Amino acid sequence: MSKVIIIDDEHLARSIVKEYLQKHPQLELVAECGDGFEGLKAIQQYQPDLIFLDIQMPKITGFEMLELIEEPPAVIFTTAFDEYAIKAFEAHAIDYLLKPFNQERFNKAVAKWSEQKIVSPETNTQELLETASQSPSQSSRIVVKNGSKIKIIPVHDVFYLEAADDYVKIHTQEGYFLKNKTMNHFEQVLDGQQFVRSHRSYIVNVQHITRIDPYEKDNHVAVLRTGAKVPVSRGGYGKLKSVLGL
Amino acid sequence: MTASPFSVRKFFIVFSIAWLVLMADHALLLYWFEMPLKAAIIDSLISNITLLLTCLLIMNTIRYYVPDINQYLNVLAMCIVFTILWLLLSKWLLSISLDDYENYLFFLKRSLFIRASIGFLVLGIVTMSVIIWYNWQEQQTSELRKTDAEKLAKEAELFKLRQQLQPHFLFNSLNSINALIGIRPEEARKMVQQLSDFLRGTIKKEETQWVNLQEEIQYLQLYLDIEKVRFGNRLATIIETDETTQQMKLPALLLQPIVENAIKFGLYDTTGETIIRLETKKLDNELLIRVSNPFDPETSSPKQGTGFGLKSVQRRLYLLFARHDLLTTEAKDNIFTTTVKIPQL
Repeated sequence: MSKVIIIDDEHLARSIVKEYLQKHPQLELVAECGDGFEGLKAIQQYQPDLIFLDIQMPKITGFEMLELIEEPPAVIFTTAFDEYAIKAFEAHAIDYLLKPFNQERFNKAVAKWSEQKIVSPETNTQELLETASQSPSQSSRIVVKNGSKIKIIPVHDVFYLEAADDYVKIHTQEGYFLKNKTMNHFEQVLDGQQFVRSHRSYIVNVQHITRIDPYEKDNHVAVLRTGAKVPVSRGGYGKLKSVLGL
Repeated sequence: MTASPFSVRKFFIVFSIAWLVLMADHALLLYWFEMPLKAAIIDSLISNITLLLTCLLIMNTIRYYVPDINQYLNVLAMCIVFTILWLLLSKWLLSISLDDYENYLFFLKRSLFIRASIGFLVLGIVTMSVIIWYNWQEQQTSELRKTDAEKLAKEAELFKLRQQLQPHFLFNSLNSINALIGIRPEEARKMVQQLSDFLRGTIKKEETQWVNLQEEIQYLQLYLDIEKVRFGNRLATIIETDETTQQMKLPALLLQPIVENAIKFGLYDTTGETIIRLETKKLDNELLIRVSNPFDPETSSPKQGTGFGLKSVQRRLYLLFARHDLLTTEAKDNIFTTTVKIPQL
C-alpha cells in the first residue's frame, strides 16, 4: 500500500485525479490539499510515497513548495499549460500529465512511477527544480521556510545574499533567512541589472547601495542604506561599476 | 497611370482661357503695329495653335517620363529643343500662308527673337506646372498607399489583441468539464454550453468592434460563470453598473482580460475567498470602469499585476484612441484597482 496526496487549487481537478485513483487500489489517498501551504503540512504529516502536484497555485507554486522539502517524495505533475514547466519536465524525464488527461494516460504515469521508484526515488527532482526556477515568474521572489512558517520574499526587498556553507543567507529588513541553494544558482536566476556578484561569497542588490568605499588594499566595500557593509572584490568592483554606469 | 492634368475640370478651363487670351493679345499687338487685321489674326492662329500642339506634345512626353523636379538642366534642355522645333515649324507655316502681304517676311525675320522668347516662356511655364502636377500626384498616391498599409497593420494588430485567449483558461476549463462528466454530467453539459458561447463570442465580435456596456457585461458573465465552476466558493464577483452607463460604448472584449487579470492576481495571491468588484460610472463624456481585487502586499509587488493581460488592453486603447492615459492601476490597502476610461465618440 502506497500513500498518495493530491495538491491542486481547483476542486474539480482534484476530483478527477481521485476518480482515476479508484482503479488503483494499491494507492491510498491520504490527503487532498488546495494550496502549497496545506500541501507542505500534509507531506510532513503523512510522508506520502507519491504526490500529484499542480504548478500554478495560490501564494506559492508547486515548484516553490517542493523546494521547501528536504527529501521530496516522488511527484507526478499535473498542469494545463506552462512552457517553462514542460521544458523542465522534458529535460529531466519526470512524468507529467497535461490537463485534461484520461484514465489511460493516468495509468501510464502511475505505472512509470512504480517502475522508477525501485531504481531511484527522487534523484531527478533537484535538477528539475533548478531548471524550473529559471522561469520569469519565479525569479521575482524567493520562498523560504522560517521554522514552520513559510516566507515569500519579493526580490526587491532583498538587501544582499551571503554564502554560508551549504546554504545562502538572504538578508532582508526582517533579518536573514536561509535557503538551501548555491550562490551560482542565485547569480543565474536573479536579474543581473539589479543583483551583482560583488564577491565570491556575496551578491548585492544595487538599489540598496548608498556608497562604495575603498577598503584595505585593492578592495572596496559597498555601504547599504541600512548601514550594512558588503565586501567588494576587485572583479566585483568592475561589475558594480558597469551596472551602475560609472 | 496617374491622371492627366486635363482630368481636372478647373485646370482645363483655366488652360483654355489662358490660351484664348494669349491668342487675342498676339493678334491685337500685331494690329497695333499696323498690320492688317486679317494678317494679324492668321499670324496669331498659326503661331499659337502650333505652340499649343507643342505644349500637348510636352505634356504627353512628361506623362510617361516624369523628370525629377531637381533635374533643372534636363528640363531646360527639353524646353529649348521644343522651342526651336516650334519656331521652325511656325516660321515655315507663316511664310507660306502670309507671303502675299507686303513686308511680312521682313517683319517675321525681325520678330523671330521675340517670338522665340515668348514661346520659350510659355513652354517653360507649362512644363514646370505639369512636372509639379505629376510629382504631386505621385506623392498623393504613395501617401495613400502608406496610410492604407498603416491601417491594415493596425487592424491586424487589433484583431490579434482581441483574439488573445489564455490557453491556461481553456485547458483548465476542459479539465473541469472532464471531471464533471464523471460526477455531475448535467453540470458538465451546462459548462460545455457556457464555454462554447464564450468561444463563439470571441469569434463573432471580430467584426463588431464596438458594443455597449450591457452586451459586454453579459459576455463577461459567461466568462465569470465558467471561472466560478472552476474555483467554486473561492471566487465571488460583485458587478455594479450605473444605470446611465448601460448604453455607453466600449471596444468589444475589452473587459474580459482585465477581469481575468484581477482574478488571477487575486486568486493566486490569497488562499481564502477572493472578491472581484466591477463598477461603472459616467464621467463627463467618458465611461469609467473600475475592477478591483484583493492582494497581499507582504508577498507580491503590485507591479506583478500588470501582466500580459493589461499590456494588451493598454495597447488596444492606444491603437483606438492614441492615448496612453486611459488605463491606470493602483494598489492601496490590500486592494489592487484597475481603472479604464473609454471616451465616447
